[in-house]
Amino acid sequence: MTRSLTYAEAIREGLRQAMALDPSVFLLGEDIGVYGGAFGVTDGLLAIYGPERVRDTPISEAGLAGCAIGAALTGMRPVLEIQFMDFITLCMEQLVLQGAKVRYMFGGKARVPMVLRTPAGSGTGAAAQHSESLEAWFAHVPGLKVVAPATPVDAKGLLLASIRDDNPVIFVEHKLLYRTKGEVPEEPYTVPLGAADVKRAGSDVTVVATSVMVSRALEAAEQVSRDGVSVEVVDLRSIRPLDVDTVLASVRKTGRVVIVYEAVRTLGIGAEIAARIAESDALYHLHAPIIRLGGQECPIPYNRALERAAVPQVDDILAAVRQVVAV
Amino acid sequence: MKTAIPPTDRGVSRLRTMQLIRAFEEKAGELFALGKMHGTMHLSIGQEAVAAGVCGALGPDDYILSTHRGHGHCLARGADVGRMMAEFLGKDTGYCRGRGGSMHIADLDSGNLGANGIVAGGLPIATGVGLSITMRKTSQVCVAFFGDGATNEGAFHESMNLAAIWHLPIVFVCENNQYAMSMPVTAAMGVDRISARGAAYNVPGETVDGMDVRAVEAAAGAAVRRARAGEGPTLLECVTYRYKGHSKSDPQRYRTRDEVEAWQGRDPITRYEAQLMAEGALTPERAEEVAAEARAAVEEALRFAEASPEPDPATLLEDVYA
Repeated sequence: MTRSLTYAEAIREGLRQAMALDPSVFLLGEDIGVYGGAFGVTDGLLAIYGPERVRDTPISEAGLAGCAIGAALTGMRPVLEIQFMDFITLCMEQLVLQGAKVRYMFGGKARVPMVLRTPAGSGTGAAAQHSESLEAWFAHVPGLKVVAPATPVDAKGLLLASIRDDNPVIFVEHKLLYRTKGEVPEEPYTVPLGAADVKRAGSDVTVVATSVMVSRALEAAEQVSRDGVSVEVVDLRSIRPLDVDTVLASVRKTGRVVIVYEAVRTLGIGAEIAARIAESDALYHLHAPIIRLGGQECPIPYNRALERAAVPQVDDILAAVRQVVAV
Repeated sequence: MKTAIPPTDRGVSRLRTMQLIRAFEEKAGELFALGKMHGTMHLSIGQEAVAAGVCGALGPDDYILSTHRGHGHCLARGADVGRMMAEFLGKDTGYCRGRGGSMHIADLDSGNLGANGIVAGGLPIATGVGLSITMRKTSQVCVAFFGDGATNEGAFHESMNLAAIWHLPIVFVCENNQYAMSMPVTAAMGVDRISARGAAYNVPGETVDGMDVRAVEAAAGAAVRRARAGEGPTLLECVTYRYKGHSKSDPQRYRTRDEVEAWQGRDPITRYEAQLMAEGALTPERAEEVAAEARAAVEEALRFAEASPEPDPATLLEDVYA
């Protein structure tokens, strides 16, 4: 049975069900207990599972990242909340040099089944140190997996899949999505990691999007459909592993591509997707140059208008779609 | 090739562990000089009493986390010498199938969660191991080894604090070998003793003579008992010395030959042998036998390693993910 839940509620339900199904799953993070998490995602879980499994921590991001790794190495399935994705920079050594590598460095003997959940993205007026979108940094590291759900139903399913996965998973939540609603099945289910999803089928243009950009792409698609332009929206869902096949199949069909993501445009996910298209036979299907829409080459500014201008908006996607169909 | 320790011969068993570490390290240095080893390595000659004493205080189900200078910890924990040597030579039979080398040896079967190429890198991980032990309600203990240099990393301080507030069953073992590469410990911190740093976290700190295996084992044993009893972590500073340079590229301009010789005069192996002999528990002949056995075990390990196959390049991408 499904019912309408917000993205935050869907994640909370996923956490609650994962903890009910598996006693080795526990949560740790700053202010996740009585406070309920900076964005309220873990609200109420302390009352159900108690302070040992919903563990409030001091502000020690590096220590906590290592703590999750150590617990995962020895039989637990920790889910660590890092309060803002910006703060994940404080965890870099542990995540990149330890968590991602121990299995390989040790010849395949170790497993690190941990999830690091973190709210990302701009649009809240929190400015440069609370608005980062750093998913591509982690997607560059073999040994890590990176997912970024765009809808409540995907958020719950990807979370349950991430918790069951035996590798470290960076689970990127977008702050602007927390209050968005969608139909979510009540029972536990998983959405596979590494599988993109066609959120809207179309024939003229492929828009490849991630996270909050999926809903903006869908809105743009709806608007241009009135002009007779049919847009296919591919939601990557996972950044690593990357489902290139779904993207290429769409491109072969449409011959036109716009890639839209919030992180800084240069050297990001868009470059990777464009390169994969260029390296494949899908290149021969292109009727127009590929367009990448990403964040501007600046930190996220505070002022409302500047902040909006720093990352792709619906109008930017509309303009890009019109540009590729005009060729 | 397991370094099994007969319980009836406990005094000599610590000597055997220390001799095995020394023989292994000397052979590793020799192999490096001959160009048979790739990369770099960090020898623990002079520090054998810390590895032997601390690991001697542990039970079979306990965990250790080691450092870049970790060969001794691994051997003292009971690692197979042949598989260690094979890893040094980058062989497929090595502990890490030739993926890790000297700085990343792990033997999960003996609770050795791995050496670490990052100074203080294992300390946050130790808090998770401690938390896992607490949540799984076992009576295990986790020993985290690190050097004096690690205590100036933020990771040390965050980990000490987490271990303290959650009363984690961790023994933080600092091998204070006087230098963080070339930086003298006296110039790198504002306190006289590393053990004093425990006070900031309400973690009991103790300094012991790290050249005395019995002193180390006694102090480690007390810390392990505290941890097992649920009384929380201990910071144990073992004052020791590395006879060799930091790594194979160290010109050692930061210390004098006199200083090195003065420490060598307190050699943990010679000293322990003298103690045992004075107690009538060891004869010079038996002492020589123990040393010869250690050298023979290392030679046998080397033969195994040299005869072992190289990893197949086709397996390069195996085990990145579980």
